[in-house]
Amino acid sequence: MSSVALRGVSKKFGDSVAVDDFSLEVFDCEFLVLLGPSGCGKSTALRMIAGLEEPSVGTVSIGDEVVNGVDPGRRDVAMVFQSYALYPHMTVYKNIEAPLLTRPMEPTDGGPARKLGPSERTVRVQEAAATLGLTDYLSRKPGALSGGQRQRVALARAIVRRPRVFLMDEPLSNLDAKLRTQTRLELVELWRRLGTTFVYVTHDQVEAMTMATRVAVMAAGRLQQLGAPQEVYERPANLFVARFIGSPPMNTLDATVRQLDGQLVASIGESTLVLPAGLSDSVVVDQRVVIGVRPEHLIVHQEGPLQGIVRSVELLGHEQHVIVEVSEHLLVVRQDSSSVAPAVGSGIRLTPDPDQLHVFDQSTENRIDPGPVIP
Amino acid sequence: MTIAGAATRGRRSPRGREALLAYGLIAPAFIILAVFSFYPLYRLFRFALYRPNRFGTGERYVGWSNLPKVLGGDEFQSGLWITLKYVLYTVPPGLALGLLLALAANRRLRGIKIFQTIFSSTVASSVAVASVVFFGLVNPEIGKFGRVAFIDLSSSDSALRGVALSSIWQNMGLTFVIVLAGLQALPDEVLEASRIDGFGPIRRLFRVILPMISPTLLFLVVVLVIFAFQSFAPMEFLTGGGPAGSTETLVFKIFRRQEFGRINEGAVMSLGLFGLTFAVTLLQLTVLNRRIHYGN
Repeated sequence: MSSVALRGVSKKFGDSVAVDDFSLEVFDCEFLVLLGPSGCGKSTALRMIAGLEEPSVGTVSIGDEVVNGVDPGRRDVAMVFQSYALYPHMTVYKNIEAPLLTRPMEPTDGGPARKLGPSERTVRVQEAAATLGLTDYLSRKPGALSGGQRQRVALARAIVRRPRVFLMDEPLSNLDAKLRTQTRLELVELWRRLGTTFVYVTHDQVEAMTMATRVAVMAAGRLQQLGAPQEVYERPANLFVARFIGSPPMNTLDATVRQLDGQLVASIGESTLVLPAGLSDSVVVDQRVVIGVRPEHLIVHQEGPLQGIVRSVELLGHEQHVIVEVSEHLLVVRQDSSSVAPAVGSGIRLTPDPDQLHVFDQSTENRIDPGPVIP
Repeated sequence: MTIAGAATRGRRSPRGREALLAYGLIAPAFIILAVFSFYPLYRLFRFALYRPNRFGTGERYVGWSNLPKVLGGDEFQSGLWITLKYVLYTVPPGLALGLLLALAANRRLRGIKIFQTIFSSTVASSVAVASVVFFGLVNPEIGKFGRVAFIDLSSSDSALRGVALSSIWQNMGLTFVIVLAGLQALPDEVLEASRIDGFGPIRRLFRVILPMISPTLLFLVVVLVIFAFQSFAPMEFLTGGGPAGSTETLVFKIFRRQEFGRINEGAVMSLGLFGLTFAVTLLQLTVLNRRIHYGN
């Protein structure tokens, strides 16, 4: 069993609260990504699982065991740090071997856990090095390796002792963009092969979307939403998640709910948008709301309800972003690169896909359901 | 082209002007070095090459023949031996103590700055102060620890150790400050990684912390050995070289050879000490360097 659970965990540093009443269940063999902006408490949460920080309140469990107060070395976790944290004075071989020196562990031939002998350690180090393509570098020191190779050494040091849980703190952020994409794929591959629980911290939503089985979005020390990547994208639980996930981010418009010809509409400046019929029980007339619509769900249409002026067009090769000013909001419209770009400065009318409207309460910032129907 | 040559042409090239400025800027430092370093060094060599004549009325040139005579003599040999013992008494214990204090004070605790200040305070006290303090502690007549046999200043077997104590104390602040700086420069993540790898405090100290601060430790070994070679004031204050010459280090012996008739011998001893310091430093830098990790 290699599940992880944080229950009602808070962590204070002096007067500041890094993690605030945080509960999270990580399933066995799951790839869970803790996603959030810097300073949201995601690293602190990870460090509490590792045992590098003790929670001020609440319990941390790994498997069935509450591990509060248990030394990091005895938690059977491995951690990969953003800086890789290799031992600079040791060779790659010694770095990978380091975690095998101290803890009793199950030998390959079965039997009870014990400290491994030198030859058994060599086998394991060779195995881990081969898995990560480091066999040729075992006698080098980290200083003589590239960033990507160092990162692999850190991974090899993590996998060599076969821990119950892998913890990763932004392991890709020091790599260049190309290497990051490649390593992302390799990490997922590694996770599949090892069949172990991964808890992965990042501020990069692309990493979260591409690797996670579930994403836990954090802000200000609190859990904002927990769900599969697609679910978090399609049904953001609140305005923070809606604006944080997606690139370019979701367009949001302040609006007031009105009754017009027997229909509920959102009044945005001089424009009005018809709200989905299913919302009639969830909102009241005069309620102040925020309408969210993703750039790909805005369509240029000559009878569209939103009237604006084209401010700029950004060409990205595979697509283009048209930036439109609608009653003091700047909206981004995502289009195929084959579409004819409207002239900058011209008037334009937009219509949102009615099934893809997100409505949030302006004061609580929470999602108002039923939102778009997911088939 | 010389500057004078350029000046006679009436117009200096830009290069010439730059050179003039450069020499002008170097001049103050050069003058100070010349007066206080180069000229004394020249005098030292000159003294070393002469010997007083038979009647003590003048000097005569004897060349390098002074060197084997003095350096092979009993006085230099005993001074050398006492100096080496002094290095042994001061450097390893001083380094170990400073390291232990720095390890103890390198933590995030309320009020730890107070301890860090106290531990480093001996940096700010002069050799004379250190010696007076220890005179009060280990003096056979008035000292609190005057009768502790291991550091008894009145016995020629133990006096050097008593003198060494004041040096250890005096240098501890420096050792502490430098080791603490080295410890604080260690990346937290590497230490955390070693905790996750299951390293206990002892293994972490010997396998991770000490290797990573080894450049700092090497620097301290070199500096402390040179300090010990040059030590003079503690002997002068505490024992006056005695009892029975047992605390007469090389510098002490050299200092006692200033008057006419003996200064030539002193000058040769100085050259010997210079050669020794140079050789030991070179040895430390090359031998220890192979085992030192200097990061990336």
